[in-house]
Amino acid sequence: MSTAAESKTPAKGEIVLEARNIVKRYGHVTALDGANLELRAGEVLAVIGDNGAGKSTMVKVLCGAVVPDEGEVLLDGVPVHFTSPMDPRKRGIETVYQDLAVAPALDIATNLFLGREVRCRGILGSWFRMLDKRRMKSEAQKEMTELKFRLPSIESSVEDLSGGQRQGVAVARAGIFARRLVIMDEPTAALGVRESGEVLNLIRTIRDRGLPVLLISHNMPHVFELADRIHIMRLGRRVALTTPKQHSMGEVVAIMTGAMPGNEQAPGADAVK
Amino acid sequence: MPANGVASLNRGTVALGRAIATPAVGPLVVLVVFCAIFSLSTHTFLAVGNLSLVIQQSVIVGTLAIGQTLIILTAGIDLANGAIAVLGTIVAGRLVNDAHNPVLCLLLAIFLCTFVGLLSGLLVSRLMLPPFIVTLGLLGIVTASTRLIAQGGAFPVTDELLGWTGNSFIVDGSGVTYGMLIMFGLYALVWYLLTQTAWGRHVYAIGNNRLAARLVGIPVQNRLLSVYVFAAFLYGIGAWLALGRIPNADPNSLQNANLDSITAVVIGGTSLFGGRGSIWGTLVGTLIVSVLRNGLTLSGFDPLWQDLVTGVLVISAVAVDQISRGKQR
Repeated sequence: MSTAAESKTPAKGEIVLEARNIVKRYGHVTALDGANLELRAGEVLAVIGDNGAGKSTMVKVLCGAVVPDEGEVLLDGVPVHFTSPMDPRKRGIETVYQDLAVAPALDIATNLFLGREVRCRGILGSWFRMLDKRRMKSEAQKEMTELKFRLPSIESSVEDLSGGQRQGVAVARAGIFARRLVIMDEPTAALGVRESGEVLNLIRTIRDRGLPVLLISHNMPHVFELADRIHIMRLGRRVALTTPKQHSMGEVVAIMTGAMPGNEQAPGADAVK
Repeated sequence: MPANGVASLNRGTVALGRAIATPAVGPLVVLVVFCAIFSLSTHTFLAVGNLSLVIQQSVIVGTLAIGQTLIILTAGIDLANGAIAVLGTIVAGRLVNDAHNPVLCLLLAIFLCTFVGLLSGLLVSRLMLPPFIVTLGLLGIVTASTRLIAQGGAFPVTDELLGWTGNSFIVDGSGVTYGMLIMFGLYALVWYLLTQTAWGRHVYAIGNNRLAARLVGIPVQNRLLSVYVFAAFLYGIGAWLALGRIPNADPNSLQNANLDSITAVVIGGTSLFGGRGSIWGTLVGTLIVSVLRNGLTLSGFDPLWQDLVTGVLVISAVAVDQISRGKQR
């Protein structure tokens, strides 16, 4: 198993994932209109925007679910072409979805390794396809301890966990298997206030272990609690890039809705930087 | 921290609830209770010859129920498995009667059954048609094809190979047929696949939360296809066991086998909603039905009571599943 610790970590501030001039049209609707995005090493970048601002299309482009009409995506400065959700995964990008992407009847260790099961060494594994359950269990235990994620037991069913812990399992899975970065699409949308707290802590731990996190969220308090930088989208473009210190929550919402101008060129302006 | 006490209490009740509801523990208790009742109420139930008979009577449905379990675990259902097995018996029976090579005939019959599984698997996995509809349609298609092939006749099995699964040897005074050994072997094989391989985990995950299975990168379509093909292969083996059990390939046989296989799976504690259950549960469920039919007959009840009690058991099993699922919400 490869973890963030094993892979080379670029210096803090270096651009890990970049999207340039992304255009995506659905019929007459332009969802993304020359959108840019940069995720830097060691940061949590929050992507926010009103409904229809293009943030979910942007995420789909970055995680391979949608192929853009124009523009390019670069990973570590190298252009990449994602055409299916498996492509980013092969390159070490993991995505956490807002729906709880876990199998409730299966135990935690099984869920963590689902789709990436580890087989025994030797003939048992290669010929008889036997799973190395003990190894998966101990690895799962180790990773959960490192992530400081408290669980009753690695062998308990996911359905015995709270909603926050369940989503925590999905987040932990991404954190364990991602080598480059983690994309989190509304990870707390289905959770209550207290439950969100566990997930937010987990995201912070993942960042502190060296993985940059792209966080898409509607929830302003969560964004302001976690984000190092905030990327604000409006009408299919980035209109502002700020930090929780530069702007207040009210100002950010004003930029989001267009009540206040952002610090980039106005949407609809033809000039390209 | 007070929360810890609550958590451990919860864990205790949850563990207890799960022990009763999901694995084969609950059904096993039912099986033991039935055996105890019948051995007290009749003198003949515990006779070695009778126990062998109980297992022999469960061999065909027991094997069909293995395939049924796999399909139900993926949140599907198979309404055609009895019909597919009958197709196998008729094809093998007729071709051997026409003096073709028995080995080839048997292989062809099993292959044909597997091919039907390929069809249903493709329709379910690629066209995303509901398994209920696909197998309902196949039930009609396969039954009609079988009758067309049989041309109104039945085919007595005289060939040594076709009837081999009904041959027995004596262990401690009770007859053990090769068919029983094959069935137990298949249970062991499927237990291994379900619990010790990634394929098995994927089967559970697909039935439990298909979207999650897809999102974590499980090739859901291929896994589903493999389940339907493998299940139908087992039905082909079931056809061979049927030829050994009743040495006459008759298109009118095994009419109830399909519903009996679903009954066995459900009584064995596997959830019709998919993703939960065990293959041992199905074996126990098969034996429960067989013990029940045998015991009630020995006790002198009208055969109608067998169906009545089986019906009660099916509803109770589904109710237990539903209630235990409800508690987990």
